[in-house]
Amino acid sequence: MEVDEVVCLPRLSRVAVCGGTHGNELSGVYLVRELLKVKKGVMEKEEEQEEEEPLSVLKVLSNPRAMQQCRRYVDTDLNRCFTHATLNGLTSGTVPYEMIRSRELNAMLGPKGRSGAVDLVCDLHNTTANMGLCLIAYSDCDWICLHIFRHLQRKMPDIPMRYIHFEVSNKESYSLDSVGKHGFAMEIGPQPHGVVRSNVYTAMKAGVQHMLDWVCFFNSGTLFEGESVDVFTMIKHIDYPRDSETRNITAAVHPHLQDRDFCPLHPEDPLFQTFSGETLRYKGNEPLYPFFINECAYYEKGIALSLARKRRVVIPTIRVQTEQEQAAHVQELASEEEE
Amino acid sequence: MSSCGNSARVTEARRVAIFGGTHGNEMSGVTLVNLWVKNAAEIQRKRVETKPFITNPKAVEKCSRYVDTDLNRAFTPENLSAPGGDDLPYEVQQAQEINRIFGPKGSPEAYDVVFDLHNTTSNMGCTLILESSKDHFNLQMMNYIKKAIAPASCLVLLNEHPLLKYSTSRSVAKHPVGLEVGPQPQGVLRSNIFEAMRVILKHALDFIELFNEGMEFPPCSVEVFRVLERIDYPRDANGNIIAMVHPNLQDCDWEPLNPGDPMFLTFDGKTIRYQGSGTVYPTFINEAAYYEKQQAFVTTRREALVASAIGKV
Repeated sequence: MEVDEVVCLPRLSRVAVCGGTHGNELSGVYLVRELLKVKKGVMEKEEEQEEEEPLSVLKVLSNPRAMQQCRRYVDTDLNRCFTHATLNGLTSGTVPYEMIRSRELNAMLGPKGRSGAVDLVCDLHNTTANMGLCLIAYSDCDWICLHIFRHLQRKMPDIPMRYIHFEVSNKESYSLDSVGKHGFAMEIGPQPHGVVRSNVYTAMKAGVQHMLDWVCFFNSGTLFEGESVDVFTMIKHIDYPRDSETRNITAAVHPHLQDRDFCPLHPEDPLFQTFSGETLRYKGNEPLYPFFINECAYYEKGIALSLARKRRVVIPTIRVQTEQEQAAHVQELASEEEE
Repeated sequence: MSSCGNSARVTEARRVAIFGGTHGNEMSGVTLVNLWVKNAAEIQRKRVETKPFITNPKAVEKCSRYVDTDLNRAFTPENLSAPGGDDLPYEVQQAQEINRIFGPKGSPEAYDVVFDLHNTTSNMGCTLILESSKDHFNLQMMNYIKKAIAPASCLVLLNEHPLLKYSTSRSVAKHPVGLEVGPQPQGVLRSNIFEAMRVILKHALDFIELFNEGMEFPPCSVEVFRVLERIDYPRDANGNIIAMVHPNLQDCDWEPLNPGDPMFLTFDGKTIRYQGSGTVYPTFINEAAYYEKQQAFVTTRREALVASAIGKV
């Protein structure tokens, strides 16, 4: 790909902002509640603007029952219920609440993989890990997501910001943000679950606003120059050491690692401190970047921390397709779907 | 306990308990007690039997604060004498069981000391919670602990407020001691918080051992923070929270809050200020579990309590 090649992409007419996918991640819950109160104007383009149609922003509270109980989930983690298999497969017996809900959300925002799906899903999350603001996406070549990330970085220089890439195929993608044609989770920490910290809420509010502003700029024809972006690609997880019988953890994240998300972890660096005071060290053979260090919800998933490789990704200049380009693209998609 | 002027004779503290998991998602206490149930060597002291005990095993299993109702509010006289057995809420049944083993509350058979281990999402550091300003044994213990960990800090919160005081698990004992360490998210184990709690308990048990061996402790002054009132979040007509703890107040537990200082920030960016008549010392600022209890923080005032000299009977 030539650096000065311009990639033209379809306009983003429908954007979904989702909060409360985990009912105890409160910044997103309160932010979407506030957005739902705003009748018109701030978030949506007014009709006097030059573009053909206003941007449609759907505000969604994803897991109302979990929110009501201030829990991550009621029966099962909603943010793992969006694989094609879960959305479309047959069910028997009692269906978990979150599976019913994921199908409702897929009908509302999708269907996943089809032309009727919303153009962009921004799913709001909090973490107990010291991760700052992260956009988490399945792709390292979704130029929309990567340009949004760069825009947020420029507009919010005081907030540490990273782009995390989970290398999962579209077939296997499992989270709410995979329902839209483009999507990412906006993850901000540290914030305890069940708490709203004003600095985190304010950062999330600004992040969402800048993202929607970018979409409007994009739709109105702005050219976004290509550049290079640091991308963190998840390689593996490390679990806590556990007792073989009870499976209870036998060590805590080492004090030297605690809160040091995205600081390089080298072979032999401390990982855990056992309850008898022994240091357990990282035994990998390359330095990697840890994140989701000591995330509360991951104890039950067997994850003490995740590790990523960092690399520079070159993103092209992009702009919105013209009407003619859009028409040709739609034609192309229609014939693809028929096949 | 008998008091003669500025001195008190206290019976030896032969039976001590350490409660963990009163709230099942406060991980330092759960972890420490599980450790000590497996191997109690670290908590052994001469002349004292120390029993580690998980008070709310079902909540610990679920990693939630409670199952039916808050165990740390459940030790009311009504609950402790309620008939109904298995039909009672789980935590009321647990409270009755704990009262049988470690109480009965208010009787001579009750355990001498109970340490109840808690974590908070608030930036409270190490805090000892005292339920009575007249418990000279506890005051002397807290003085000992504070001196032992200096220059690290351990503050004392006194909750003797007739309306705000609540019926805690530890209240079954003659000398109840709450130990609250934060900040730590619920469900998370932070190494520094865990170790801090462990060190406080070590000094507490050392004190008991010294006391039981006959050491006399002279009168001393102990600075405490006395609970004044509970301040709720601003809410709308439907009871929904409409503002957050202000960034100037967030994490500022124990620092003076003056009339006119920022207190809350509404979701649309307006500052709400403290309207009290004088300076107070807020704590339990933004504790996760207190959203449902209508509490954004509590205000306290600083006081110096005088602890009588104590020695064993």
